[in-house]
Amino acid sequence: MSHISYPLQRKLILISFLLIPLALLAIFTYYPAMRLVYLSFTSWDGISPVKEWLGLGNYIEIFTNPDLFGVFLHQIPYVLIGIIQNIVAIVFAVILNSKLRGRNFFRVMLFLPFIMNAVAVAFMFQYVFDTTNGSLNGLLGLVGLESWQQSWLGNASLVNYALASIGFWRFMGYNMVIYLGALQSIPGDMYEAARIDGASRFQMLWSLTIPNLTPIISLNMFLTFSGALAVFDLPFVLTKGGPAGASETFLFKTIETAFQFNNYGLASAMSVVLLLFTAIILVVQNLVINRKGD
Amino acid sequence: MNRKFDIVHMLKYVILIAGTCTVLFPLYVVFVNAFKKEDEGSNPFSLPASFLNFENFANVIDRADIMHAFLNTFLIIIIALLGNIILGTMVAYAVGRIQFGGKMLVIGAFLIATIIPTITTQVVTFSIIQAMGIYNTLYAPILLFVGADVIQIYIYLQFIKNIPYELDESAMMDGASLLRIYRSIILPLLGPATATLIILKTINIYNELYIPFLYMPKQDLVVVSTAIMRFAGNNQAQWTNICAAILIIMIPTILLYLFLQKYIFSGVTSGAVKG
Repeated sequence: MSHISYPLQRKLILISFLLIPLALLAIFTYYPAMRLVYLSFTSWDGISPVKEWLGLGNYIEIFTNPDLFGVFLHQIPYVLIGIIQNIVAIVFAVILNSKLRGRNFFRVMLFLPFIMNAVAVAFMFQYVFDTTNGSLNGLLGLVGLESWQQSWLGNASLVNYALASIGFWRFMGYNMVIYLGALQSIPGDMYEAARIDGASRFQMLWSLTIPNLTPIISLNMFLTFSGALAVFDLPFVLTKGGPAGASETFLFKTIETAFQFNNYGLASAMSVVLLLFTAIILVVQNLVINRKGD
Repeated sequence: MNRKFDIVHMLKYVILIAGTCTVLFPLYVVFVNAFKKEDEGSNPFSLPASFLNFENFANVIDRADIMHAFLNTFLIIIIALLGNIILGTMVAYAVGRIQFGGKMLVIGAFLIATIIPTITTQVVTFSIIQAMGIYNTLYAPILLFVGADVIQIYIYLQFIKNIPYELDESAMMDGASLLRIYRSIILPLLGPATATLIILKTINIYNELYIPFLYMPKQDLVVVSTAIMRFAGNNQAQWTNICAAILIIMIPTILLYLFLQKYIFSGVTSGAVKG
């Protein structure tokens, strides 16, 4: 190839290096997204060649049928616990960022859940939450709190908190490591200067550490919110949406609508709603952060 | 002053130990129960009669097709990683090193794609996989892990920015072809990014449930996630067996983690700082 002129080489590289990746991008990301929008206006059942045009019918169905839109209420516990998870992760990151014996040991331990297989973790917690043999009820019995014992995954008002706390267990350490990375990139002489000016420990945390973490907090909050919108695997594996639909989520409903009830049109509209919500979170968050920065 | 410092210091350890116990509590329960016999009573905290009772593990290996699952998972990870590395470095080189009209468009197209959650588009992706005729084959997840998740492009683009362009220029002075520069200069220098990618993708693919569940229902094509789901579904409430299955699936990643933790941390930190 070396005897070909560089301008021609550039063209050849561009074409041969970008052709396949761009084709894959088009096939697996942009085509499905556009097709989704088109199908969301139809009543397609996934098989028949006939796609009846419904206009906004599917969308009206989503926003007026409490069975569909109402399940978003089940996802509020995931948001609440996700916010607590980020606060706890910052606390751990700040602690582990100070000089401390055994720092690495604690970091390794707290991050451990993140690398574990999600399904294995799910069944592990099914055992924790089990009513008769479960270790959580066992623990409550040991410390004399028998009255707190209950069917954690079978109680409609608790099930989503129980499931969300599994997410907390899995991802707190991941958030912590990201916050820790951000903390370590704050220059030490800023703290030095603050100390000379007589700032207290709390003042340094509040006026120095937290503002420097803002972009990462914002990123993690985006991941928390979009993750809470797209909760799927825990209820899918552990509760199948039960008891009596109390742990169903919007994505769970979407997948069920498509692959069990073969209503691809409605499922597509639900997917589009989910994508729009994710985009809205991203835009709102950027607006808030940018305004703060000005 | 000194007293106050001591209290803060103590409090830190109390919090850290509480956190560690919370992490270890469910793992301890799974560990001790994996060695118990069915009739050893229902106290989940008691130690087993013997830690040499491997009956539950033998049961799982026998009935859950676990070795097959490890093999399939391993194959998918290796091929998907290769594909990711090749395509990711190629895009980073073309976009990061060559000026052309529409360059920002290409970068934008890849970056926007990273924020579309792939699971929301499965309704359509499913019909694409079927139309390609690779439904119920190992090719389906491999192609989806390579083609539908483009986070690798982002990681490589970030890294290639930090490689000085003077290296390319001096190589061109020596008459090296652009292909040669990609292979002998850029590819090796992207090594740290590749390590990050390997770590993140391996964790992702090993843990992924939905893609293998949806695209490979065939018994032969079981992966670790689907294997344990089937096993637990078929052995409801046989907790000693399920605990053994959980341990078998967790042990390889825990070992890998303990050996590679330094790289895993730096990988997660550099991979996550996007947006």
